[in-house]
Amino acid sequence: MTTTPAKDTALTTAALALGDDALVLSHRLGEWAGHAPVLEEEVALANIALDLLGQARVLLSMVGDEDELAYLREERAFRNLQLVEQPNGDFAHTIARQLYFSTYQHLLHTELAAGDGPFAPLAAKAVKEVAYHRDHAEQWTLRLGDGTDESHTRMQRAVDALWRHTGEMFQPVEGLDADWTGLETAWLERITEVLRRATLTVPEGPRTGAWTAGAGRQGLHTEPFGRMLAEMQHLHRSHPGATW
Amino acid sequence: MATAAARDTTRSQAYDAPDGAADTAEYARAFDAAVAADERIEPRDWMPDAYRATLVRQIAQHAHSEIIGMQPEANWITRAPSLRRKAILMAKVQDEAGHGLYLYSAAETLGTSRDELLDKLHSGRQKYSSIFNYPTLTWADVGAIGWLVDGAAITNQVPLCRCSYGPYARAMVRICKEESFHQRQGYELLLALSKGTPEQHAMAQDAVDRWWWPSLMMFGPPDDESQHSAQSMAWKIKRHSNDELRQRFVDICVPQAESLGLTLPDPDLKWNEERGHYDFGPIDWTEFWEVLKGNGPCNEQRLTRRRRAHEEGAWVREAAAAHAAKHTNGQTVETGAARA
Repeated sequence: MTTTPAKDTALTTAALALGDDALVLSHRLGEWAGHAPVLEEEVALANIALDLLGQARVLLSMVGDEDELAYLREERAFRNLQLVEQPNGDFAHTIARQLYFSTYQHLLHTELAAGDGPFAPLAAKAVKEVAYHRDHAEQWTLRLGDGTDESHTRMQRAVDALWRHTGEMFQPVEGLDADWTGLETAWLERITEVLRRATLTVPEGPRTGAWTAGAGRQGLHTEPFGRMLAEMQHLHRSHPGATW
Repeated sequence: MATAAARDTTRSQAYDAPDGAADTAEYARAFDAAVAADERIEPRDWMPDAYRATLVRQIAQHAHSEIIGMQPEANWITRAPSLRRKAILMAKVQDEAGHGLYLYSAAETLGTSRDELLDKLHSGRQKYSSIFNYPTLTWADVGAIGWLVDGAAITNQVPLCRCSYGPYARAMVRICKEESFHQRQGYELLLALSKGTPEQHAMAQDAVDRWWWPSLMMFGPPDDESQHSAQSMAWKIKRHSNDELRQRFVDICVPQAESLGLTLPDPDLKWNEERGHYDFGPIDWTEFWEVLKGNGPCNEQRLTRRRRAHEEGAWVREAAAAHAAKHTNGQTVETGAARA
């Protein structure tokens, strides 16, 4: 596929990174529809998924046709973080993934919104949505961490399991003018504080390694991602050139 | 005005009044007069036990239908063929969860609880609309559900906006607005397919062929076999009979199908000049009763899925309750940290 225009590679790289994060996480949250533990969460998870899908559509449209980019690229051409493609797991895993990502997204968009780069207008809108996403994830982290013994155990397990995918968020992305070291410090502070309030332990393992270091941004993904794309793309690919 | 005010006083006093036979007769007269005058019955008003029970049954079934009805459509969220369609579908399924919430709240004003109603759904003691026991086999089914199923629902529900029970009527006003939006989106989805490639057109026609008759069954059994109709109409819970609404729906759909460029799968369908309505063929009521009894194509799957979501979510609800209990007693989050 030649869906990546060459005119401004830095802009393209950055828009695909941000757009793919939002697209893929939105898809994962969409998988919850009809499965949530309580009706209010059906509404909340779909709401967050819709916000992210809206962000993805704006970002992908900055560099090409949103549907071509979403449905006709293969796994190796996607630039999303490995974190967002992780399967939903139980509710605690979904919340841990939301906590890590929305905290990062909020810090990054706040910084982008304050600048004068091409993503400033999008970031200014997105930061309001993401503030809500982060609040939702933090509140659930507190409830699950400081709820019952079972929920505490599950939340700790989820926080631990996804920890290894959190370092990749702070690998600099070409075309995004951000203080990556500062973002990482602010992220760690916020996460540490939330986990402490939730009576959870900050994981001790590595946050990055040879297996994750910036890999998603280079199109190197984890195994479940290919199956996710197969499901997402199959109908569109079955009718080449059709409009919907 | 004075009469209505006096009646209101009688009706709301009834809520706390001792249940003497003489009083009951007086409250019943006030209730009947209020219904006759098209006034709204409110939660604190006296109402006949059977009225209350009928409403609980109907509103609960309506709420359950919204919740089970998420499944056939959610089945296509992860496979929607464009990002625009995916966003529309996600928003629709989210709306359905919201409608379920309104309706459970409306039912709760009658003295039941959401937990109790969900328990009855999960144990099969309360029903949901039979239509959701049909499978969504292609993307076009999402359009057919929007156009036909939501269309039938709207035809049924718009009169409920004038239902005699206030909380239900008000919930329906909000729900109907969103439902008509969904219906237009479904129609527009089918139109895009109908005007698309030959394969897309065939997909749309196949979906309409499979959803047409089940949609007509959504209006319930024929008038002479409908148990609850007469009483519900007398109480102004229902405003029109099943057959009247079904006819209205057919009359609306035929020209819409023509403008979609799709046919309806009924060889007997034709305009009757004398009646000023479309005549249509016989409905397979055997199939209807089978689906209602639990023997439709997806009954088992829908209920199992719903039960599983509920059971697998139990630990989450327990955690939320435990957390709330800890933090409403003035205990701070920090005291909990001792455990970690």
